[in-house]
Amino acid sequence: MVERVYLDHASAAPWHPAALAAARHVAEELPGDPARAHREGRAASDLLESARGAAAGVLGTATERLVFTSGGTEAVHLAVRGAALADRGRPRRIISSAVEHSCVHAAAEATDCEHVLVGVDPQGRVDLDALRAALAGGALLVNVQHANHEVGALQPIAEIAALCREADALLHVDACQTAGRLPVDLGALDADYVTIAGAKFGGGRGIGALAWSPRARLRAVVGGDERERRLRAGLQHLPGVVAMVETLLQVAPADPRGTAALETARCEGLRQRLRALLPVAVDDLEVHGPAESSAPHIVAASALYVEGQALVGALDEAGFAVHSGSSCATTSGEPSHVLVAMGALTHGHVRASFGPGVEEADVDRFVDAVAAAVTDLRGRTGVSTPRG
Amino acid sequence: MVDALGKTCPLPVIELARVVGRLEAGAEVVVLADDPGAKVDIPVWCRMKRHTFVGMEPAERGWRFTVRRAAA
Repeated sequence: MVERVYLDHASAAPWHPAALAAARHVAEELPGDPARAHREGRAASDLLESARGAAAGVLGTATERLVFTSGGTEAVHLAVRGAALADRGRPRRIISSAVEHSCVHAAAEATDCEHVLVGVDPQGRVDLDALRAALAGGALLVNVQHANHEVGALQPIAEIAALCREADALLHVDACQTAGRLPVDLGALDADYVTIAGAKFGGGRGIGALAWSPRARLRAVVGGDERERRLRAGLQHLPGVVAMVETLLQVAPADPRGTAALETARCEGLRQRLRALLPVAVDDLEVHGPAESSAPHIVAASALYVEGQALVGALDEAGFAVHSGSSCATTSGEPSHVLVAMGALTHGHVRASFGPGVEEADVDRFVDAVAAAVTDLRGRTGVSTPRG
Repeated sequence: MVDALGKTCPLPVIELARVVGRLEAGAEVVVLADDPGAKVDIPVWCRMKRHTFVGMEPAERGWRFTVRRAAA
């Protein structure tokens, strides 16, 4: 059997050992419902609230301004739709970058607000002049991701936050790709809403969080009971909560000597290596996203004359799990809106994303596998040496 | 003229590359395509291969792209 190399951490990262241990411990030892008055309920409630305090500490907000969700998507919907429901003072306009995760666009479209998209440069970074122009008429909320999920580009959050303050618009930073890897602090980002997902950094599945600032307002999108300050109904997923928070505490992204900082530095080396080797090994290939100022774990590239789905299939057979945003490989049948917004080649696209367990030798073997797959696929369509 | 209607990416670009390879320097070719990826990929292909992307306009089906072969 071919040895597997899992290069899709940006979709779902393997569980951190701390997350696994914590989830198992809580599931086995703490059966109680935190809303109940018995001893088991109080134990669950105490643990939930201490986890909330710890998560709020990591994300730079107060304990009462953090809610755990089922993941990044729900956190995003609660932030965007919850803000639109709660804030009746600001203009009914939501501005999003054109390269946000599709769930951010979907959440904005689900509100009664006008939804305005702001373009990006060829590296995927928000066009600040376009944002300034879009903010001229005022806005309730601006949605910008900390780092892009397809190409890794870090967004100029400080400049964006300043523009939002000037225009009295609230700022939502989708930090799903950076939480657990880079420092994500609501105050330092000068954001009003920050959303994170456990699945993206090894903090477990089915868990995420939304943190907000004192300025921000929220209303439940799915109401129904008294839990979570009426912001989110249903029995809390305590094993997931503790798994995600325990992972954040262990990797300590804000600590320059913490595990996350060390892993980020290691991944940055892998990222630079992959960016340098791919275009040498494969003709007519473009690497996407900025060389510097990127999330450390994402490399995306497109090869001319190759079908993305076929490339994913060939790499899968060779032992590598990667994602493609090419139209033939997406569930919608449309090319990735991120690649379109950047004006990047939409066919022949692959995204490799990595983390703990992926080594330099894996990256080198991956480059060879991409070169072999592209050569083979081009040969089959008879375009091994297209002229011009 | 390259008729790539009904063909999905990367086929429109592959067919364009074949035809441009046979053109005289400075000559133009028109491509018809309706795959949404072509709107991005044909201009990008021109940039990568240093040909001139003259323009695109909506056609009865899809879009009509005009490409001019590089001088050298």
